[in-house]
Amino acid sequence: MNKKNYERPIITKQQSGFMNKFGASTLNLPKTEIDGVNVSDLANEYSSPLFVISEKKIRETQRNALRIFKTRYPKVQFAWSYKTNYLNAVCSVFHQEGSWAEVVSEFEYDRARKLGISGEHIFFNGPHKSDDSLTKAINDGAKIHIDHFDELYQIIELTNKLDKKANVAIRVNLDVGIYPKWDRFGFNYENGEAAQALKRISVTDKLNLIGLHMHIGTYMMSSEAYKIGVSKLVALANDLHQQNGTVLEYIDIGGGFPSNNTLKGQYLPAEQILPTLEQYADAITSSLFELKYPGNELPTLVLETGRALIDDAGSLISKVLATKRLSDGKRALIFDAGVNLLFTSFWYKHTISPAQQTGLYTENSKIFGPLCMNIDCLNENITLPTLKKNDLVVINRVGAYNMTQWMQFITLRPNVVMIMEDQSVELIREGEDLEYIMMKEKLPEKLKKL
Amino acid sequence: MNNYLISSNLAISDNGFLFMSSTGETFTVNEIGKHILNEMKNRTDIEKIREKILEEYEVSEQILEKDLNDFLNQLNTYKLVEEI
Repeated sequence: MNKKNYERPIITKQQSGFMNKFGASTLNLPKTEIDGVNVSDLANEYSSPLFVISEKKIRETQRNALRIFKTRYPKVQFAWSYKTNYLNAVCSVFHQEGSWAEVVSEFEYDRARKLGISGEHIFFNGPHKSDDSLTKAINDGAKIHIDHFDELYQIIELTNKLDKKANVAIRVNLDVGIYPKWDRFGFNYENGEAAQALKRISVTDKLNLIGLHMHIGTYMMSSEAYKIGVSKLVALANDLHQQNGTVLEYIDIGGGFPSNNTLKGQYLPAEQILPTLEQYADAITSSLFELKYPGNELPTLVLETGRALIDDAGSLISKVLATKRLSDGKRALIFDAGVNLLFTSFWYKHTISPAQQTGLYTENSKIFGPLCMNIDCLNENITLPTLKKNDLVVINRVGAYNMTQWMQFITLRPNVVMIMEDQSVELIREGEDLEYIMMKEKLPEKLKKL
Repeated sequence: MNNYLISSNLAISDNGFLFMSSTGETFTVNEIGKHILNEMKNRTDIEKIREKILEEYEVSEQILEKDLNDFLNQLNTYKLVEEI
Protein backbone atom coordinates (compact mmCIF):
# COMPACT_ATOMS: atom_id res chain seq x y z
CA MET A 1 0.00 0.00 0.00
CA ASN A 2 1.31 3.45 -0.89
CA LYS A 3 1.72 5.68 2.12
CA LYS A 4 0.38 9.21 2.17
CA ASN A 5 2.69 12.20 1.82
CA TYR A 6 3.69 13.52 5.19
CA GLU A 7 3.51 17.13 6.28
CA ARG A 8 4.29 17.96 9.87
CA PRO A 9 1.26 18.81 12.06
CA ILE A 10 0.77 22.54 12.47
CA ILE A 11 -1.56 24.68 14.51
CA THR A 12 -1.87 28.43 13.98
CA LYS A 13 -3.66 30.80 16.26
CA GLN A 14 -5.90 33.23 14.41
CA GLN A 15 -5.25 36.86 15.25
CA SER A 16 -8.03 39.36 14.95
CA GLY A 17 -7.37 43.01 14.23
CA PHE A 18 -4.28 42.39 12.13
CA MET A 19 -5.91 42.09 8.76
CA ASN A 20 -3.98 43.41 5.80
CA LYS A 21 -6.28 45.95 4.20
CA PHE A 22 -4.49 45.49 0.90
CA GLY A 23 -5.20 41.79 1.03
CA ALA A 24 -1.89 40.86 -0.56
CA SER A 25 -1.65 37.12 -0.92
CA THR A 26 1.49 35.31 0.05
CA LEU A 27 2.69 33.40 -2.93
CA ASN A 28 4.92 30.49 -2.21
CA LEU A 29 5.02 28.82 -5.55
CA PRO A 30 7.78 26.25 -5.59
CA LYS A 31 10.76 27.03 -7.79
CA THR A 32 12.01 23.62 -8.80
CA GLU A 33 14.00 24.88 -11.77
CA ILE A 34 16.18 27.83 -12.64
CA ASP A 35 16.28 28.48 -16.39
CA GLY A 36 15.12 24.91 -16.99
CA VAL A 37 17.79 23.33 -14.78
CA ASN A 38 16.58 21.33 -11.80
CA VAL A 39 17.44 22.98 -8.48
CA SER A 40 18.04 19.75 -6.61
CA ASP A 41 20.34 18.49 -9.41
CA LEU A 42 22.32 21.71 -9.08
CA ALA A 43 22.61 21.28 -5.31
CA ASN A 44 23.64 17.66 -5.70
CA GLU A 45 26.33 18.43 -8.19
CA TYR A 46 27.70 21.71 -6.84
CA SER A 47 26.58 21.36 -3.21
CA SER A 48 24.63 23.81 -1.12
CA PRO A 49 24.73 26.75 -0.60
CA LEU A 50 25.18 27.64 -4.24
CA PHE A 51 24.96 30.93 -6.10
CA VAL A 52 23.34 30.56 -9.51
CA ILE A 53 23.51 33.23 -12.18
CA SER A 54 21.39 33.22 -15.30
CA GLU A 55 23.18 34.35 -18.44
CA LYS A 56 19.84 34.59 -20.22
CA LYS A 57 18.35 36.90 -17.60
CA ILE A 58 21.37 39.24 -17.66
CA ARG A 59 21.19 39.58 -21.42
CA GLU A 60 17.41 40.06 -21.42
CA THR A 61 17.54 42.72 -18.71
CA GLN A 62 20.45 44.59 -20.30
CA ARG A 63 18.86 44.53 -23.77
CA ASN A 64 15.56 45.73 -22.38
CA ALA A 65 17.21 48.62 -20.51
CA LEU A 66 19.18 49.64 -23.60
CA ARG A 67 16.02 49.55 -25.72
CA ILE A 68 14.14 51.71 -23.21
CA PHE A 69 16.82 54.43 -23.27
CA LYS A 70 17.69 54.19 -26.97
CA THR A 71 14.09 54.69 -27.99
CA ARG A 72 14.17 58.00 -26.08
CA TYR A 73 17.68 59.30 -26.73
CA PRO A 74 19.98 58.58 -29.67
CA LYS A 75 23.35 58.18 -27.97
CA VAL A 76 23.37 55.80 -25.00
CA GLN A 77 26.27 53.95 -23.44
CA PHE A 78 25.95 51.58 -20.49
CA ALA A 79 28.96 50.96 -18.26
CA TRP A 80 28.88 47.88 -16.08
CA SER A 81 29.26 48.76 -12.41
CA TYR A 82 32.00 46.39 -11.29
CA LYS A 83 31.35 46.75 -7.58
CA THR A 84 27.84 45.35 -8.02
CA ASN A 85 29.19 42.04 -9.25
CA TYR A 86 32.71 41.71 -10.57
CA LEU A 87 32.87 38.02 -11.29
CA ASN A 88 34.64 37.72 -14.63
CA ALA A 89 31.82 35.73 -16.24
CA VAL A 90 29.23 38.32 -15.20
CA CYS A 91 31.30 41.28 -16.41
CA SER A 92 31.99 39.48 -19.69
CA VAL A 93 28.29 38.98 -20.42
CA PHE A 94 27.72 42.72 -19.92
CA HIS A 95 30.75 43.58 -22.06
CA GLN A 96 29.53 41.26 -24.81
CA GLU A 97 26.26 43.18 -24.68
CA GLY A 98 28.22 46.36 -25.39
CA SER A 99 28.64 47.74 -21.88
CA TRP A 100 31.84 49.50 -20.95
CA ALA A 101 33.31 49.29 -17.43
CA GLU A 102 32.68 51.53 -14.43
CA VAL A 103 35.25 50.94 -11.72
CA VAL A 104 35.86 52.52 -8.32
CA SER A 105 39.29 51.22 -7.34
CA GLU A 106 42.61 50.15 -8.78
CA PHE A 107 41.64 46.54 -8.09
CA GLU A 108 38.50 46.89 -10.20
CA TYR A 109 40.41 48.87 -12.84
CA ASP A 110 42.94 46.05 -13.16
CA ARG A 111 40.13 43.48 -13.37
CA ALA A 112 38.56 45.34 -16.27
CA ARG A 113 41.88 45.70 -18.08
CA LYS A 114 42.62 42.01 -17.53
CA LEU A 115 39.29 41.15 -19.14
CA GLY A 116 40.45 43.03 -22.22
CA ILE A 117 38.56 46.30 -21.75
CA SER A 118 40.53 49.17 -23.24
CA GLY A 119 41.27 52.22 -21.12
CA GLU A 120 39.01 54.47 -23.22
CA HIS A 121 36.10 52.25 -22.28
CA ILE A 122 36.66 52.55 -18.53
CA PHE A 123 35.05 55.17 -16.29
CA PHE A 124 37.23 55.51 -13.22
CA ASN A 125 35.18 56.72 -10.24
CA GLY A 126 35.67 56.85 -6.51
CA PRO A 127 37.28 59.01 -3.83
CA HIS A 128 40.52 57.03 -3.67
CA LYS A 129 42.79 56.83 -6.67
CA SER A 130 46.43 56.16 -5.99
CA ASP A 131 49.26 57.69 -8.04
CA ASP A 132 49.86 54.27 -9.56
CA SER A 133 46.25 53.78 -10.58
CA LEU A 134 45.99 57.30 -12.01
CA THR A 135 49.22 56.81 -13.95
CA LYS A 136 47.73 53.68 -15.52
CA ALA A 137 44.47 55.48 -16.25
CA ILE A 138 46.23 58.49 -17.85
CA ASN A 139 48.46 56.24 -19.96
CA ASP A 140 45.50 54.08 -21.03
CA GLY A 141 43.29 57.05 -21.89
CA ALA A 142 40.67 56.06 -19.32
CA LYS A 143 37.92 58.47 -18.35
CA ILE A 144 38.80 59.73 -14.90
CA HIS A 145 35.99 61.15 -12.81
CA ILE A 146 37.53 63.58 -10.35
CA ASP A 147 36.09 63.45 -6.85
CA HIS A 148 37.76 66.36 -5.01
CA PHE A 149 40.28 69.19 -5.39
CA ASP A 150 43.15 67.18 -3.92
CA GLU A 151 42.63 64.65 -6.66
CA LEU A 152 42.41 67.36 -9.28
CA TYR A 153 45.84 68.71 -8.23
CA GLN A 154 47.18 65.15 -8.01
CA ILE A 155 46.16 64.57 -11.66
CA ILE A 156 47.60 67.90 -12.79
CA GLU A 157 50.90 66.94 -11.18
CA LEU A 158 50.90 63.48 -12.76
CA THR A 159 50.06 64.77 -16.24
CA ASN A 160 52.96 67.22 -15.98
CA LYS A 161 55.26 64.44 -14.84
CA LEU A 162 54.10 62.04 -17.54
CA ASP A 163 53.80 64.84 -20.10
CA LYS A 164 50.50 63.37 -21.15
CA LYS A 165 46.94 64.61 -21.36
CA ALA A 166 44.28 63.07 -19.13
CA ASN A 167 40.65 62.59 -20.08
CA VAL A 168 38.63 63.84 -17.16
CA ALA A 169 35.14 64.58 -15.94
CA ILE A 170 34.06 65.81 -12.55
CA ARG A 171 31.59 64.15 -10.26
CA VAL A 172 28.98 66.66 -9.21
CA ASN A 173 26.86 66.28 -6.10
CA LEU A 174 23.61 68.14 -6.12
CA ASP A 175 20.42 68.68 -4.22
CA VAL A 176 17.72 66.69 -5.98
CA GLY A 177 15.18 66.99 -3.20
CA ILE A 178 15.87 63.66 -1.55
CA TYR A 179 17.10 62.74 1.88
CA PRO A 180 19.86 61.88 2.67
CA LYS A 181 21.67 64.18 0.30
CA TRP A 182 24.72 62.44 -1.11
CA ASP A 183 27.28 65.19 -0.81
CA ARG A 184 30.33 63.21 0.25
CA PHE A 185 31.35 62.44 -3.32
CA GLY A 186 32.30 65.00 -5.92
CA PHE A 187 32.00 68.77 -6.11
CA ASN A 188 28.88 70.51 -4.95
CA TYR A 189 26.68 72.20 -7.52
CA GLU A 190 24.69 74.57 -5.36
CA ASN A 191 27.61 76.26 -3.60
CA GLY A 192 29.51 76.81 -6.83
CA GLU A 193 32.29 74.33 -6.10
CA ALA A 194 31.57 72.32 -9.27
CA ALA A 195 31.76 75.45 -11.47
CA GLN A 196 35.01 76.40 -9.75
CA ALA A 197 36.51 72.96 -10.44
CA LEU A 198 35.46 73.17 -14.09
CA LYS A 199 37.09 76.57 -14.36
CA ARG A 200 40.32 75.21 -12.91
CA ILE A 201 40.29 72.34 -15.38
CA SER A 202 39.63 74.63 -18.33
CA VAL A 203 42.81 76.59 -17.68
CA THR A 204 44.94 73.46 -17.45
CA ASP A 205 46.16 72.43 -20.88
CA LYS A 206 46.91 68.84 -19.90
CA LEU A 207 43.34 68.10 -18.82
CA ASN A 208 40.82 67.15 -21.44
CA LEU A 209 37.38 67.86 -20.00
CA ILE A 210 35.09 65.35 -21.68
CA GLY A 211 32.12 64.87 -19.37
CA LEU A 212 30.07 65.50 -16.28
CA HIS A 213 29.10 62.84 -13.80
CA MET A 214 26.56 62.48 -11.02
CA HIS A 215 25.34 59.64 -8.88
CA ILE A 216 22.50 60.81 -6.70
CA GLY A 217 22.01 57.79 -4.49
CA THR A 218 21.12 54.16 -4.34
CA TYR A 219 17.75 52.41 -4.65
CA MET A 220 16.25 55.73 -5.75
CA MET A 221 12.50 55.45 -5.62
CA SER A 222 11.76 58.71 -7.41
CA SER A 223 12.29 59.39 -11.09
CA GLU A 224 11.77 63.11 -10.40
CA ALA A 225 15.11 63.22 -8.54
CA TYR A 226 16.91 62.23 -11.76
CA LYS A 227 15.05 64.88 -13.69
CA ILE A 228 16.24 67.56 -11.25
CA GLY A 229 19.79 66.19 -11.17
CA VAL A 230 20.16 65.98 -14.95
CA SER A 231 18.69 69.49 -15.33
CA LYS A 232 21.42 70.83 -13.06
CA LEU A 233 24.16 68.99 -14.96
CA VAL A 234 22.75 70.31 -18.20
CA ALA A 235 22.79 73.85 -16.78
CA LEU A 236 26.48 73.37 -15.97
CA ALA A 237 27.14 72.05 -19.46
CA ASN A 238 25.29 75.00 -21.03
CA ASP A 239 27.35 77.44 -18.92
CA LEU A 240 30.57 75.71 -19.97
CA HIS A 241 29.62 75.94 -23.61
CA GLN A 242 28.69 79.57 -23.31
CA GLN A 243 31.89 80.48 -21.49
CA ASN A 244 34.48 78.70 -23.59
CA GLY A 245 32.69 76.69 -26.24
CA THR A 246 33.31 73.34 -24.55
CA VAL A 247 31.19 70.55 -26.02
CA LEU A 248 31.16 67.55 -23.72
CA GLU A 249 31.42 64.01 -25.03
CA TYR A 250 29.09 62.61 -22.42
CA ILE A 251 26.87 63.16 -19.43
CA ASP A 252 27.08 60.29 -16.98
CA ILE A 253 24.04 60.06 -14.73
CA GLY A 254 25.46 57.20 -12.62
CA GLY A 255 23.23 54.46 -11.35
CA GLY A 256 20.90 54.02 -8.41
CA PHE A 257 17.84 52.53 -10.10
CA PRO A 258 16.21 50.08 -7.69
CA SER A 259 15.79 46.39 -8.36
CA ASN A 260 12.59 44.48 -7.73
CA ASN A 261 13.65 43.56 -4.20
CA THR A 262 11.51 44.98 -1.43
CA LEU A 263 13.28 46.97 1.26
CA LYS A 264 12.81 46.15 4.92
CA GLY A 265 10.23 48.52 6.34
CA GLN A 266 8.62 48.91 2.92
CA TYR A 267 4.99 47.89 3.29
CA LEU A 268 4.04 47.08 -0.28
CA PRO A 269 6.10 44.88 -2.58
CA ALA A 270 8.65 46.74 -4.70
CA GLU A 271 6.88 45.87 -7.96
CA GLN A 272 3.83 47.80 -6.81
CA ILE A 273 5.46 51.04 -5.74
CA LEU A 274 8.60 51.62 -7.78
CA PRO A 275 8.61 53.67 -10.96
CA THR A 276 9.25 51.64 -14.10
CA LEU A 277 12.54 51.94 -15.98
CA GLU A 278 10.58 53.76 -18.68
CA GLN A 279 9.64 56.46 -16.16
CA TYR A 280 13.28 56.94 -15.14
CA ALA A 281 14.27 57.09 -18.81
CA ASP A 282 11.58 59.69 -19.55
CA ALA A 283 12.73 61.85 -16.64
CA ILE A 284 16.40 61.67 -17.61
CA THR A 285 16.10 62.13 -21.34
CA SER A 286 13.55 64.95 -21.16
CA SER A 287 16.04 66.97 -19.08
CA LEU A 288 18.89 66.16 -21.45
CA PHE A 289 17.06 67.81 -24.31
CA GLU A 290 17.43 71.13 -22.44
CA LEU A 291 21.02 71.22 -23.71
CA LYS A 292 21.74 74.11 -26.01
CA TYR A 293 24.56 72.74 -28.12
CA PRO A 294 25.08 74.00 -31.65
CA GLY A 295 23.63 72.00 -34.51
CA ASN A 296 21.67 69.84 -32.12
CA GLU A 297 24.87 68.07 -31.20
CA LEU A 298 24.21 65.79 -28.25
CA PRO A 299 26.54 64.25 -25.72
CA THR A 300 26.35 60.52 -25.03
CA LEU A 301 24.16 59.54 -22.12
CA VAL A 302 26.19 57.21 -19.89
CA LEU A 303 24.44 54.93 -17.39
CA GLU A 304 26.24 53.02 -14.65
CA THR A 305 23.23 50.95 -13.67
CA GLY A 306 24.15 48.01 -11.44
CA ARG A 307 21.57 46.36 -9.22
CA ALA A 308 18.63 46.91 -11.56
CA LEU A 309 20.45 44.88 -14.23
CA ILE A 310 21.82 41.97 -12.20
CA ASP A 311 19.68 41.40 -9.11
CA ASP A 312 17.04 39.30 -10.86
CA ALA A 313 19.68 37.15 -12.57
CA GLY A 314 21.11 35.81 -9.30
CA SER A 315 19.65 33.12 -7.03
CA LEU A 316 21.02 31.45 -3.95
CA ILE A 317 20.18 27.81 -3.39
CA SER A 318 20.21 26.92 0.28
CA LYS A 319 19.37 23.88 2.36
CA VAL A 320 17.27 23.73 5.51
CA LEU A 321 19.62 22.50 8.24
CA ALA A 322 17.04 22.37 11.02
CA THR A 323 13.65 23.56 12.14
CA LYS A 324 13.13 24.93 15.64
CA ARG A 325 10.50 26.44 17.83
CA LEU A 326 11.43 29.76 19.46
CA SER A 327 10.43 30.69 23.01
CA ASP A 328 7.46 32.73 21.78
CA GLY A 329 6.15 29.77 19.81
CA LYS A 330 7.38 31.07 16.46
CA ARG A 331 8.79 28.67 13.90
CA ALA A 332 12.48 29.12 13.16
CA LEU A 333 14.38 27.65 10.24
CA ILE A 334 18.14 27.37 9.99
CA PHE A 335 19.52 27.61 6.47
CA ASP A 336 23.05 26.73 5.37
CA ALA A 337 23.44 30.24 3.88
CA GLY A 338 23.66 33.20 6.24
CA VAL A 339 24.40 36.90 6.26
CA ASN A 340 28.02 36.07 5.42
CA LEU A 341 26.82 35.22 1.90
CA LEU A 342 23.71 37.32 1.74
CA PHE A 343 24.84 40.76 2.76
CA THR A 344 21.77 42.30 1.13
CA SER A 345 19.50 40.58 3.65
CA PHE A 346 20.41 43.42 6.01
CA TRP A 347 18.22 45.73 3.94
CA TYR A 348 16.06 43.55 1.66
CA LYS A 349 13.17 41.25 2.41
CA HIS A 350 14.32 38.63 -0.06
CA THR A 351 11.61 36.34 -1.35
CA ILE A 352 12.28 32.69 -0.65
CA SER A 353 10.79 29.90 -2.74
CA PRO A 354 10.69 26.26 -1.71
CA ALA A 355 12.51 24.13 -4.27
CA GLN A 356 10.15 21.19 -3.99
CA GLN A 357 6.38 20.72 -3.98
CA THR A 358 4.92 21.60 -0.60
CA GLY A 359 1.58 21.53 1.12
CA LEU A 360 -0.72 24.54 1.04
CA TYR A 361 -0.41 25.24 4.72
CA THR A 362 1.98 28.04 5.66
CA GLU A 363 3.68 29.22 8.82
CA ASN A 364 5.21 32.52 9.85
CA SER A 365 8.86 31.74 10.20
CA LYS A 366 12.08 33.39 11.22
CA ILE A 367 15.06 32.46 9.08
CA PHE A 368 18.52 32.08 10.53
CA GLY A 369 21.80 31.31 8.81
CA PRO A 370 24.37 28.77 10.00
CA LEU A 371 26.68 31.22 11.79
CA CYS A 372 27.09 31.10 15.54
CA MET A 373 26.35 34.82 15.73
CA ASN A 374 23.14 36.46 16.81
CA ILE A 375 23.18 38.81 13.82
CA ASP A 376 22.83 35.92 11.42
CA CYS A 377 19.15 36.35 10.67
CA LEU A 378 18.04 36.41 7.04
CA ASN A 379 14.42 37.27 7.65
CA GLU A 380 12.57 38.15 10.86
CA ASN A 381 9.17 37.15 9.58
CA ILE A 382 8.34 35.35 6.38
CA THR A 383 5.40 33.17 5.49
CA LEU A 384 6.62 29.85 4.19
CA PRO A 385 5.14 26.42 3.62
CA THR A 386 6.14 23.72 6.08
CA LEU A 387 9.77 22.99 5.37
CA LYS A 388 11.79 20.22 6.92
CA LYS A 389 15.44 19.34 7.38
CA ASN A 390 17.26 18.89 4.05
CA ASP A 391 14.58 20.65 2.02
CA LEU A 392 15.99 23.10 -0.51
CA VAL A 393 14.98 26.71 -1.01
CA VAL A 394 15.81 29.32 -3.60
CA ILE A 395 16.49 32.83 -2.32
CA ASN A 396 15.59 35.13 -5.18
CA ARG A 397 17.14 38.29 -6.61
CA VAL A 398 20.56 38.10 -5.05
CA GLY A 399 22.68 39.03 -8.06
CA ALA A 400 23.71 42.49 -6.86
CA TYR A 401 26.34 43.15 -4.20
CA ASN A 402 26.32 39.72 -2.56
CA MET A 403 29.13 38.21 -4.62
CA THR A 404 31.27 41.27 -3.92
CA GLN A 405 30.35 42.03 -0.31
CA TRP A 406 30.22 38.43 0.91
CA MET A 407 32.39 37.63 3.87
CA GLN A 408 34.76 34.83 4.58
CA PHE A 409 33.54 34.60 8.13
CA ILE A 410 33.12 31.36 10.09
CA THR A 411 32.46 29.44 6.89
CA LEU A 412 33.89 29.47 3.39
CA ARG A 413 32.41 31.04 0.31
CA PRO A 414 30.64 28.53 -1.94
CA ASN A 415 30.59 27.69 -5.63
CA VAL A 416 29.04 30.07 -8.11
CA VAL A 417 27.63 28.65 -11.31
CA MET A 418 26.22 30.28 -14.39
CA ILE A 419 23.39 28.69 -16.33
CA MET A 420 24.23 29.43 -19.90
CA GLU A 421 21.69 30.29 -22.57
CA ASP A 422 21.76 26.69 -23.85
CA GLN A 423 21.00 25.44 -20.30
CA SER A 424 24.47 24.04 -19.77
CA VAL A 425 25.94 24.81 -16.36
CA GLU A 426 29.38 26.37 -15.92
CA LEU A 427 31.26 26.70 -12.67
CA ILE A 428 32.35 30.35 -12.71
CA ARG A 429 33.88 30.58 -9.24
CA GLU A 430 35.05 27.58 -7.33
CA GLY A 431 34.10 27.34 -3.66
CA GLU A 432 36.93 28.28 -1.34
CA ASP A 433 38.86 25.73 0.71
CA LEU A 434 41.11 25.94 3.74
CA GLU A 435 44.26 26.03 1.66
CA TYR A 436 43.01 29.02 -0.34
CA ILE A 437 42.08 30.94 2.80
CA MET A 438 45.38 30.23 4.54
CA MET A 439 47.75 30.72 1.62
CA LYS A 440 48.37 34.38 2.46
CA GLU A 441 48.94 33.79 6.16
CA LYS A 442 52.38 33.51 7.68
CA LEU A 443 53.01 31.81 11.01
CA PRO A 444 56.04 33.18 12.88
CA GLU A 445 58.66 30.47 13.46
CA LYS A 446 58.47 30.62 17.25
CA LEU A 447 54.71 29.96 17.15
CA LYS A 448 55.02 26.81 15.09
CA LYS A 449 55.92 24.55 17.96
CA LEU A 450 52.94 23.69 20.16
CA MET B 1 5.49 9.88 25.16
CA ASN B 2 3.34 11.79 27.65
CA ASN B 3 -0.41 11.59 27.38
CA TYR B 4 -2.71 14.55 27.06
CA LEU B 5 -6.38 15.16 27.56
CA ILE B 6 -7.99 17.43 25.02
CA SER B 7 -10.20 20.24 26.33
CA SER B 8 -13.90 19.48 26.14
CA ASN B 9 -14.45 23.12 25.08
CA LEU B 10 -12.58 22.63 21.80
CA ALA B 11 -14.70 22.23 18.67
CA ILE B 12 -13.02 20.86 15.56
CA SER B 13 -14.59 21.47 12.16
CA ASP B 14 -14.13 19.21 9.13
CA ASN B 15 -11.89 21.73 7.38
CA GLY B 16 -9.47 22.15 10.29
CA PHE B 17 -10.94 25.23 11.94
CA LEU B 18 -10.83 25.10 15.75
CA PHE B 19 -12.98 27.06 18.16
CA MET B 20 -12.32 27.20 21.88
CA SER B 21 -15.71 28.05 23.35
CA SER B 22 -14.34 28.95 26.81
CA THR B 23 -12.04 31.69 25.51
CA GLY B 24 -13.44 32.53 22.08
CA GLU B 25 -10.05 31.83 20.50
CA THR B 26 -9.83 30.32 17.05
CA PHE B 27 -7.10 28.28 15.40
CA THR B 28 -6.42 26.47 12.17
CA VAL B 29 -4.69 23.14 11.77
CA ASN B 30 -3.46 21.30 8.72
CA GLU B 31 -4.77 17.90 7.67
CA ILE B 32 -2.49 15.81 9.84
CA GLY B 33 -2.98 18.15 12.79
CA LYS B 34 -6.74 17.72 12.48
CA HIS B 35 -6.26 13.96 12.28
CA ILE B 36 -4.28 13.95 15.54
CA LEU B 37 -6.81 16.17 17.33
CA ASN B 38 -9.74 14.00 16.25
CA GLU B 39 -7.93 10.91 17.52
CA MET B 40 -7.27 12.70 20.80
CA LYS B 41 -10.92 13.66 21.00
CA ASN B 42 -11.70 9.93 20.71
CA ARG B 43 -9.33 9.41 23.63
CA THR B 44 -6.82 7.50 21.54
CA ASP B 45 -3.52 7.10 23.33
CA ILE B 46 -0.70 9.32 21.92
CA GLU B 47 1.47 6.25 21.46
CA LYS B 48 -1.28 4.65 19.41
CA ILE B 49 -1.69 7.83 17.32
CA ARG B 50 2.04 7.79 16.64
CA GLU B 51 1.90 4.19 15.46
CA LYS B 52 -1.08 4.88 13.21
CA ILE B 53 0.66 7.85 11.55
CA LEU B 54 3.78 5.75 11.00
CA GLU B 55 1.65 3.15 9.26
CA GLU B 56 -0.31 5.61 7.14
CA TYR B 57 2.27 8.27 6.25
CA GLU B 58 5.67 8.36 4.61
CA VAL B 59 7.66 9.52 7.62
CA SER B 60 10.54 8.24 9.74
CA GLU B 61 10.13 7.50 13.44
CA GLN B 62 12.61 10.21 14.43
CA ILE B 63 11.00 12.97 12.42
CA LEU B 64 7.54 12.04 13.64
CA GLU B 65 8.69 11.96 17.25
CA LYS B 66 10.15 15.46 16.91
CA ASP B 67 7.12 16.87 15.08
CA LEU B 68 4.58 15.25 17.39
CA ASN B 69 6.34 16.59 20.47
CA ASP B 70 6.42 20.02 18.93
CA PHE B 71 2.72 19.88 18.05
CA LEU B 72 1.72 18.70 21.53
CA ASN B 73 3.84 21.45 23.08
CA GLN B 74 2.02 23.98 20.93
CA LEU B 75 -1.37 22.59 22.01
CA ASN B 76 -0.20 22.83 25.59
CA THR B 77 1.01 26.42 25.12
CA TYR B 78 -2.38 27.40 23.72
CA LYS B 79 -4.03 25.55 26.67
CA LEU B 80 -6.02 23.29 24.40
CA VAL B 81 -4.82 20.15 26.20
CA GLU B 82 -3.84 19.10 29.65
CA GLU B 83 -1.04 16.74 30.43
CA ILE B 84 -2.26 13.66 32.33
